[in-house]
Amino acid sequence: MKRSIFACAAVALTMTGGALAAQTLDAVKERGELNCGITEGTLGFSARDANGVHQGFDVEFCRALAVAIFNDADAVNYVELSSANRFTALTAGNADVLYRTTTWTLTRDVDLKTNFVGVNYYDGQAFMVPAELGVSSALELDGATVCIEVGTTTELNLADYFRANGMEYQPLPVGGTTEAKALFEEGACDVYTTDGSALAGVKASFPDPSAYVILPEVASKEPLGPAVRHGDEQWADVVRWVQNALIEAEEYDITSENAAQLAESGSIPAVNRILGVEGGLGEMLGLENDFALNMITKVGNYGEIFARTIGESTPIGLPRGLNALYTEGGIQYAPPFR
Amino acid sequence: MADAAAPPSEAFRLSMLIYDSRYRSTTIQIVVLILFLLGFFWLANNAVQNLAALGKPINFGFLSQTSGYDINQTLIEYDSTYSHGRATMVGLLNTLLVAFMGCVTATLIGLVGGVLRLSNNWLVSRLVTLYVEIFRNVPVLLWIIVCMLSITSTLPGPRAFRGDDPEASMILFGNVAATNRGIYVPQPFFESGLGSAGMNFLVMAAVIIAGIFFVRWNNKRAGEIQVQTGDRPNTFWVNFAAMTVPFIVLMFVMGLSFERPELRGFNFKGGMQIQAPLIGVWLGLSLYTGTYIVEIVRSGILSVSKGQSEAAAALGIRPGLTMSLVILPQALRVIIPQLISQYLNLTKNSSLGVAVGYADLVATLGTTTLNQSGREMETILLLMAIYLTISLTISGVMNWYNRSVQLVGR
Ligand SMILES: N[C@@H](CCC(=O)N[C@@H](CS)C(=O)NCC(=O)O)C(=O)O
Repeated sequence: MKRSIFACAAVALTMTGGALAAQTLDAVKERGELNCGITEGTLGFSARDANGVHQGFDVEFCRALAVAIFNDADAVNYVELSSANRFTALTAGNADVLYRTTTWTLTRDVDLKTNFVGVNYYDGQAFMVPAELGVSSALELDGATVCIEVGTTTELNLADYFRANGMEYQPLPVGGTTEAKALFEEGACDVYTTDGSALAGVKASFPDPSAYVILPEVASKEPLGPAVRHGDEQWADVVRWVQNALIEAEEYDITSENAAQLAESGSIPAVNRILGVEGGLGEMLGLENDFALNMITKVGNYGEIFARTIGESTPIGLPRGLNALYTEGGIQYAPPFR
Repeated sequence: MADAAAPPSEAFRLSMLIYDSRYRSTTIQIVVLILFLLGFFWLANNAVQNLAALGKPINFGFLSQTSGYDINQTLIEYDSTYSHGRATMVGLLNTLLVAFMGCVTATLIGLVGGVLRLSNNWLVSRLVTLYVEIFRNVPVLLWIIVCMLSITSTLPGPRAFRGDDPEASMILFGNVAATNRGIYVPQPFFESGLGSAGMNFLVMAAVIIAGIFFVRWNNKRAGEIQVQTGDRPNTFWVNFAAMTVPFIVLMFVMGLSFERPELRGFNFKGGMQIQAPLIGVWLGLSLYTGTYIVEIVRSGILSVSKGQSEAAAALGIRPGLTMSLVILPQALRVIIPQLISQYLNLTKNSSLGVAVGYADLVATLGTTTLNQSGREMETILLLMAIYLTISLTISGVMNWYNRSVQLVGR
């Protein structure tokens, strides 16, 4: 799977400039499906279920984007990417967008020529240890062996965190969640660290989740969001406003159940603009005016997606926390539809 | 041959480049070369332009920037505040370390296995054949993973060593801890060293070299006495003492002691740690490449004509000595050139170590640095250049060695 990095580089070596500079939206429409970059398996965000169907929070965003473009939630080709090869795959054009628990950082935004168009999950790095170690704080981890996935911000935060707290550690770098989980279960490392949300998913996937604890310390800010290539503003706008529509729909209580009805009654101006009843905002983006209506009907608003995939009633059981709407004590906030 | 006899007075015409068999093959070669170079430049130029269009022109400046990540096995001083260039050096040294260890072990396996495979003992030769067939016919990546797994999933974790009645205990009189993270052995150190590690090393090397010179001189003297009197004085004990006594005295003076590994907190501390990934890669590579060397040694031995061993037997030389004095020196002619390519293979295959978390060149420069800096093209080019350099160096050195052991034609 490491080999794919080289494959991607080889693709990058011979790729033709024209294909990439072209408008991504047109290319996607012509292709008839969206190439959506997701993880190789992070339970809750993007992972195959028992039937081999992709499920999760990020997968729902891929589906929403496909509805916005094609009015078909299944017009998605999922491109499974490791932490290490995702940006190469994006720049080389193998994926149109990354919905891949990807942290927005300056280097990635500027130097890696990626555009982050929003934050769909505010996260932070956390540490998980076996309960039998009796550790209750990350500050007790001096000398531990730590499993980390290569090519992540996790790697860098880990170095910073232990350094800042004057502790030592042994990194055990691995290529993906599956390997990291196996090594952690075997006890080849004492600690598994990554984004808190992903850790919750990993924990839930163990036969006995109560045998592991996630320590209270949060070692970093991890604003996770969709990323696209530099240089295609129209496509960035589409991905940005798809997400804004889902968040604003929650704010205005537009749900998969009542969306069609609200569009018909057309009594609230702000709701009308989101659902495309007035304003013609969808066309400005190069989409149909009712793209948000379709998305919300087929996939649901931000809150519905959250509750269905990673919320408190799921095995992952994440609280809304920072990801509640700004009106409810969180920081999820979408600019207005006008 | 009328052609060759014809006087070469005919004037040169351009069409002769194609129709004249004297020039045709050169013409074709030049044309192919030009096409090849054009194709290569087209690809390279395309890549450069596309990267520039993406706003990522080729730039190696990242090598001097802070790496920000830690590496688990560092032969030179390194932490996350050092540069990507330094991280590359760390990875390079780790690559060279495992390649060297692998080449040595694979050669030993190959020499012993190759001789045993020709053994008259049915069981021994079949066992070696079995080993060769099993290891040679499964991809080396799988062997590396199997070797790593056999450490991580069969050996106990450091936790098992804890408590009053631990599940696991240290072996070899409490000196060595074999855990699923690696093997911890006592680390030698000098209580009253000579100032610096470099100084210690220099003095030790000097003592050994002096010993070697003494042994040579002593052997030469014995040879002269043998020529004069016909009796060769026994040199073994004097030579043995010359090689060992000064060194032991030196160790005593410098206060050689061993620091034993001890369980402290999550892991063993102190002592020397041979990490699980290193063991996994090393064993995997050695066992796999060893099979090829077994076959190379076997074919080398078989290439020496039977008359040689019969002649040796007729002179009353014992079979063991026949092997080491008569057969192997001649077999080396055949063995060495093939060994070179196995060493090259092993070194290149060490890049698979990244699959088990071994911090080699591919793991540092080719994975983490590549990702954190986003410089795919630059890092891959650099990787290729470094591997090319390593390979050319190995084959250069081995070719030189090969020339020195070849039989000199008379
Ligand atoms: N947010 C961090 C980490 C993202 C990340 O790669 N997380 C891992 C751990 S959850 C992952 O998604 N792995 C899934 C896989 O192996 O494909 C980043 O952007 O660097």
